[in-house]
This record gives sequence, C-alpha cells and structure tokens, in this order.
Amino acid sequence: MNDFELLKHHDIVTDENFASQTYWKGVFTRFFAKKRSVIGLIIVVVIIVLAILGPVLSGYEYREISSVINPETGKEVVAKGLAPRIPFLHKLLGKAPYDDFFADKTFLFGTDDLGRDLWTRTWYGARVSLLIAFVTIAIDVVIGMCYGLISGYFGGVVDSIMQRFVEIANSVPRLVIVSVLAVFMPKGIGLVIVALLITEWIGMSKIARAEMLKIKELEYILAGKTLGASNLQIIFGDVLPNTIGPIITQVMFSIPTAIFTEAFLSFVGVGIMLPECSVGSLIEDGFNNITTLPYQIIPPIIVLALLMLGFNFIGDGLREALAPKLKDM
Amino acid sequence: MKVDEKDKILDIKNLDITFHTSAGDIHAIRGVNIDLYRGETVAIVGESGSGKSVSMKAAMGLLDSNAIINSGEILFSYIDEKGETQTVDILKKDTKWIRKNINGNHMAMVFQDPMTSLDPTMTIGKQITEGMISHLGISKKEAYSRAVELLNEVGIVDAEKRMKNYPHQLSGGMRQRVVIAIALSCNPDLLICDEPTTALDVTIQAMILELILKVQKERGISVIYITHDLGVVAKVADYVNVMYAGRLIEIGNVDEIFYEPAHPYTWGLLSAMPDLETEDSRLYTIPGSPPNLIHEPAGDAFAARNEYALVIDEKEQPPMFRISETHVAATWLLDPRAPKIEMPETLKARIERMRKEAL
Amino acid sequence: MAKYIVKRIVTSVVTLLIITFLLFFLVRIMPGNPFPSERMTDEAIAAKRLEMGLDDPIMTQFIRYMKKVCVGDFGKGTSLYNGAPIKTVLNKAISNSFKIGGIAILLGTAVGLILGIVAALNRDGFWDVFCSVFSILGVCVPAYVFLIFLQYTFAYKTSLLPYFFDSMNFFKSTIIPSVSMSLFTMSTIARFTRNEMVEVMDSDYVRLAESKGMYGTKLVTRHILRNALIPVVTVLAPLIVDLLTGALVVEKIYGIQGIGKLMVDAISGEGIDYNYVLALGIIYSALYIGMMLVVDILYGVLDPRIRVAKKGGDK
Repeated sequence: MNDFELLKHHDIVTDENFASQTYWKGVFTRFFAKKRSVIGLIIVVVIIVLAILGPVLSGYEYREISSVINPETGKEVVAKGLAPRIPFLHKLLGKAPYDDFFADKTFLFGTDDLGRDLWTRTWYGARVSLLIAFVTIAIDVVIGMCYGLISGYFGGVVDSIMQRFVEIANSVPRLVIVSVLAVFMPKGIGLVIVALLITEWIGMSKIARAEMLKIKELEYILAGKTLGASNLQIIFGDVLPNTIGPIITQVMFSIPTAIFTEAFLSFVGVGIMLPECSVGSLIEDGFNNITTLPYQIIPPIIVLALLMLGFNFIGDGLREALAPKLKDM
Repeated sequence: MKVDEKDKILDIKNLDITFHTSAGDIHAIRGVNIDLYRGETVAIVGESGSGKSVSMKAAMGLLDSNAIINSGEILFSYIDEKGETQTVDILKKDTKWIRKNINGNHMAMVFQDPMTSLDPTMTIGKQITEGMISHLGISKKEAYSRAVELLNEVGIVDAEKRMKNYPHQLSGGMRQRVVIAIALSCNPDLLICDEPTTALDVTIQAMILELILKVQKERGISVIYITHDLGVVAKVADYVNVMYAGRLIEIGNVDEIFYEPAHPYTWGLLSAMPDLETEDSRLYTIPGSPPNLIHEPAGDAFAARNEYALVIDEKEQPPMFRISETHVAATWLLDPRAPKIEMPETLKARIERMRKEAL
Repeated sequence: MAKYIVKRIVTSVVTLLIITFLLFFLVRIMPGNPFPSERMTDEAIAAKRLEMGLDDPIMTQFIRYMKKVCVGDFGKGTSLYNGAPIKTVLNKAISNSFKIGGIAILLGTAVGLILGIVAALNRDGFWDVFCSVFSILGVCVPAYVFLIFLQYTFAYKTSLLPYFFDSMNFFKSTIIPSVSMSLFTMSTIARFTRNEMVEVMDSDYVRLAESKGMYGTKLVTRHILRNALIPVVTVLAPLIVDLLTGALVVEKIYGIQGIGKLMVDAISGEGIDYNYVLALGIIYSALYIGMMLVVDILYGVLDPRIRVAKKGGDK
C-alpha cells in the first residue's frame, strides 16, 4: 500500500479522551483512583463486618460474666481482669494462654474488671455506636433536606424566616442543647439520639438550600415550571437527585461527628448506660480501670480512631470525586 | 533566511517539556522552535491544551514544579542597565535569578483573567509600584508618580483616586488595564499576553487590543500573543505560529497564514471562524478533540481528526516543509509524493472575500 | 463598615436574648419541687413559691431574672455546693477554664500556623507529609484520649507532672490539659492553613506577582500569607468553642474546677441542678455568640473586599 494515499474509510475519532462516560461512573472511577478513599472504605467495611460478626464469633454475650467452677473448692472463679491473649501464639510457645482455670478459653482483647470478654464488648459497642450514628444521620438527612429544599425553593419571606431560625439554632452550643435535654430526658441512648437529631440536620439543610438556589435558576426547572409542574414535583423530582452527591459527602463527615458526640456524651455519663456499651462508654470504663488494667482502654480507642479516619477519608475522596479540580497546565 | 541581521529578542530552540502528574506523564511540549525579533509581534495560536501557554510560562520561568524540561534552549536577549546586549538561556538560570533580572523589568506578562490576576488584598497603587521599587531602585514617591502616569497612559481616569482602590472596586476592563500598567511599569523588552481579551466583554476586547498596540508602538517592545482567537491574530500579529498537541505545525507571516494556509488544521481553524457572509448556516467545527498527551500518538497527532489524513500520517510525524522564506508547515500533504489536495472550496471562497475586504 | 458592625452586634444581642429566654422557659417549665433540700408542707411550698414569685407570668419572671443576671447574679444552686451563690463558684470556674483554655488556644494556633505554613512552602516534602499525618491524628483522636495517654505516661508511670490539677502548682499542672486540648486546634489550623496557602500559591495573582519579579520572603509575606491567613480567622471561632466543649471531659478527668466540670456535675449527678444548667447555658451561649461576632468583625477588618464597599466601574 502506498504511504501517500488518503486513508480510506477514515473515521474521524470523536472525543476519545473525554469519553462520554456517565456522571456517576466518572465519580466512581475518580473515587477508586485515590488510595486514601480505598483505604477509608476498607477500614469502614472491616469495622462494620466485625461489629456485626465479632460478638457472634466470640461465643460470649456482651453482658456475660465468664466464670468457671473451681473443681477443688467447688467455688465459682470469675475471669476478672485477664490480659489479652492470642491462644495460637501462646500454644506455639508451649504455654497455656491463661492459668489453669481458663486454659481453654479465648479472650482476644482480655476481660474487664467484672470478667466480661472485651473482644465481644468492643465490637458490640462499635455496633451500638454505628447504629446510633446511622439512624440519627439518616433522619437528619431527611429533616435537613426537606427544610433546606423548601426554604431554598420558596425563597423570599419563607426563606428568610426559616434562615433566621437556622441562625438561632446554630448559635446554641451543642453542649447547651445536651444539658437542657438532660433536664428533660432520662439519661441514656434516647438522649444521645435526640441530641444528635437536633444538631446535625442544620449542615444538611444548608447544603440542600445552596443546591436548591443554584439549580432553581437553571433552564430545565424554569421549563418545568412553565409546563405546569407542581412545587413538590420540582423539589423532589428535579432538584433532589442533584443534591445526592453533596449530601452523601456531608453524611460521611456527619457520621464521625455523631460517633464522636456519642462517645463524648457516654464518657461524661449521660449517654449509654450500663450494662449496654458503646465505644464511648468502653473508653470511660477503660479510663476508670487504667491503673489496674491499662490494656482495657486500647481497643475502643483504636476502633474510634479508625472509624474517624475511615469516614473522613471516604468523605474527602467523595468530595474530590464529585467536584474534580481541573488544573490547567 | 537573511533575517539574522535583525535583532533577535527571543529564540526558543527545540523545547521539550513533560509534566509529571498522578495520571501519568504528559508530554506537553514536543520540540518547539519560536523566533521573535525586536519590535515585532508573534501570535501563538492553538486550542486549549496545545501547549501554547506552557511554552510561554517556560520563557517566564513560571513553570509548575512538576514540569520536567527534557531538552531545549530559551535564549532571551535584553539590554541591561549599562546599555549592553545580554543573551541568556532562561532554562539554565535558577528561579531567583530570573525573578530578579528578567521578570518584570525585561519580560512581563498579561494574564487571561483580570478578575483573578490581581491580589485582592493589596491596593492597585501598591501592586503597580511594587515592581518598580524592587527593579528600578526608585523611591516610593517617585514610583507613585510614575504609577499615576502609567494609569493615565493605559486609559484610566481618576488615576490618583484609583491608586487607593482595591481590585474588587474596579470592573473587568479596568482591571485588565491595571494588569497592563503593571506589566509596563518597568519598561520591559518583551510583553507576553496570554489570551488578554478572552475573559472580557466584546466591546472592551477591542479597546484592550488597541491599548496594547498603542503602547507597543510607543515603546517599541516586542509582543507575544497567546490566543485561540484568529480575529485577534489578524488585528495584531506580524507572524503566526500555529500549535497543535505540543508541536508547531505551521509558521508564517500573517498574510501567508490567512491567505495561503497549508496545514489542514489551519484550514480547520480558519473555517471555524465565525463570519457574517458564509452561506452555510452551520458554523464549521473541527471534529474530535485534541489528543491526550499521556498517550502520545505515533504519527501525526492531528491525523485522527484530519479529513485529509494520509496512510503515512499514522506512521510517521511529518517534517517541516518549506513553502516560502517565511512560511513552513508540517503536513505530509506538502511532500512531493503526496496527492494534490487543495483546501476546501468554502474556505477558498472565504479567503477570497477576506482578500477583497483587506484591499 | 461601621454600619455592618452595628448590625452584627444587634443581631448577636437579639439572638442571645432569644436563646436565653428559651433556656429560661425550658428550665422553668420543668415539673418538680424547686426546693428539694428542705422538708416542707404543701402550704409552706405554696407560700414560698408566692414569695419567690414562681407563680408570676413567665415574662415577669424572666425580666426579674435577667435584671439580676446583668449584674452577675445567677441565684443559688439547687443541689450543688450546698446552695452556695452561683456567682462565687462560677467566678473561680471561669478563671480556671479560661487560663487553661487560653494557653491551649495560643499553643494550638501558634504551632498550627507555623506547621501549616512550613508544610505549604515545602509542598510534598517531609513537613508536608508530617503535617497531613498530624492533622489526621488530631482529627481522629479526641482530646481526652490524648489527656488519658499523657496522664498515664507522664503522671502515673513517671510522676514528672501532677496526676490531677492543683491550683497551688499551676504551671506544672497546666501542661497536660492544655497540651492535650490544643492538639485538635493545632491539627485543624495546620491543615486549613496549609490548604489555603497552597490554593493562594497556585492563584493567578501570585503568578502575576512572580511575573513582576517578586520572589522569596517578599512574595510570601506580601502576597501569599496575607491572603491565606484571612480565612484562617473564620475557623478559629468554632475551634475555640469546640475547645470549650472538649474541655468538659478534660476538666472532668483532670479534676479541674472549671465551667466544663461544673456542667458535668450539674447534669450527670443524681439530681440535676437546674439553676446551674441555666447559668452555664447562658454563659456558653454568650461565649459562642460573642466569639462569632468577634471573628466576623475581625474578618471584615482584615479583608478589604468586605471593609471597602464596592464602587462603580468604567463600563
């Protein structure tokens, strides 16, 4: 073939580089291209799996006090304050993990001062913390989105009244809200949930409102309006899908805040009550026994820190994946 | 070429730059040669991402830290304080030296977006005098009066009052005038204008271009325009360099590029210019988009979008074919073995019209 | 600008008043005996209620309360400190909290700023990596965990520092709580400063300054720092308030008689002390709103885009 011939059947390539992948596929690709987001995702998934399976696998109940009957005296011996042991390693060294009474028992994280298995309690606590966070944030998303979308959509007087309210609500320190709640409510899980419900929706509503204001003026919404679409149809049919990205990002940052707040409240003593436990109350237990059982505080702290890390990494990754910065060369 | 007698101010030789990014290495500049003589104007034309800004940033010593210069020379000649002509290779100097000796006082730049290129927390006056004080070693007072003169020169009324303003108090057009005043403050030999009118209103575009032309004439400085707007080129340039995917593909004086374009890409650019007279109601666009230089094309980078691509275009990069003393183009169509291919008829008609209008 | 400041002050005062009223209202409508420590007949209680004006309309009660609050009188506690005047207890608590919190804020801000600036100037270098690891750590681990760690290591294991707060030995016993409280501030400011700096360094106006021939210290101080540090002011307010909230646990663990510990005592003991909850609620809200106000005004003063009103252009 002659080099100097016109290329026959030459298809002109259209936009191969900026291929027409869908928006969400792009977000997905960008998210997984970052090492940090993947690490964050792995951490969170592993903790969730352990929170679900950990207590089941151990064979103990989170509130169960382990004890055996001393065959010589016939008295009950409680597995109090046992150090963490990995039986497999100890058997390799030719030793039993614990002395005679508990030689055949496994306490990966040890036991607390009452003889409860800390492995079980840690993952059970993580489960409680995560559940509180998920449930409250889910409700907050709904409240915040509705509030923000309505405020942004109607604008004018409605908006300014609703925004004044947000401003005032935002000016009350979280601590004050919690303390006033403590006046009204019994301490415990309910208090934590209500406290989170009251504080966390504001961030969501701000995002939803900002998105609403941005999208409201776009042509397709105007077109929808002229064609007679109802307010509800526009808010929930057209605007809502566009807010999903930023809201998910906000959720990823709110969940760690919720876990943090829960831990804080439980630590102060108005949150989770015994014998229930959460990451925060476990840290408090650990702190109370720190001079006698210093290892007890370590697992809940690590779980808490890893949860923070994981969700923050996912949040950062999502934010960047949703709004990539195009750096001009 | 006998042009050597003229005074060469900028001579970019075989410039080759790679950017190291997380997505991979981008070979952004692939052997670029640009000449500029004192007092003349060169336009560098190309789509975004063609490397036109990068090559000029390299000349200014403003490349990002992830840029790797593989080869090349950027020779810049200027007249120093003693009146002697100095020639330096910008690429061999460190950043500090370039800032001290070249930037501002011998080579200055006007940026694309006047809304973002002025420091929002500093008064206009301070931003203009700053360079003068450090380069010319003059007192604050003298710098101030010179700055007021400069503002008058670039057509800002109420110059004294404006000196105390912050950028956000000025409109886009006024800000670009301030940017030009800053660029001119130390009497540079070379002014690089990176799309100076793209971000402005159409009415203000013409005013800014005329302003640059005026100061160029008065001060005898050389100007490089970076642009994708051929309308701007026609108004201001002596020579045109057309750039595509990090290479120059056609060089010529402004008449040659507009009336006798040789490269199919230049044909495309000319056809894509909006024009009142064209009968065809649809505006022509060049199909496709520029190649991603992470995956460098084997042959001619334009082949994939070229209606007139030859078989060889996919195998080998075309060399520069000389058409006239000042006109060269890199397309296999100019090879003697290639079939005779003429530019499209519509473009031909359009060029005829342009010729007549110019007369 | 003056108009803006006045407007901001007025909104802040109004907001604070509304919040105070809500707090007052919520605490007062609580059912229960307001005099739990005294044994009284129903008639005696009714008489006492009448005497104290507890049956007056809520607005009258509120105004009476606010008049006293304005001169610093918050009444007496219902269960804490055997009914000692809240004012005396509070004065000492505020002084303790502010001293330690102040040190923590200064330490956190100073170190955070330096770390952020150094990291941005050595982008991708050692300090940049250090800064990002440090800020991750600071954000992921609560202050009280640092406190427990420091207390365990330096007070329990080695006795280098006191195990509990001791006002006789103020300096030494401040180190552990203020360091642990400052870490969150430090890491947040370091990360924020670093990101702002990097953004400014990539901006067009810094390119323009460079093209004028600015470099080195002049470029950094005149163009980069000023633009990067103005927004840092905005993160300071929530950080300071967070610090006050975080101080709650720190004060509880380290035995500091501060407002945080008072709050814990008021809500977490057997009986809740309504008067303390009310007084501390008002103080916390006032602090929070006051901080926001100061920061907003400061931001306006620093940023010419807010300070100088926009004037017409040349079009």
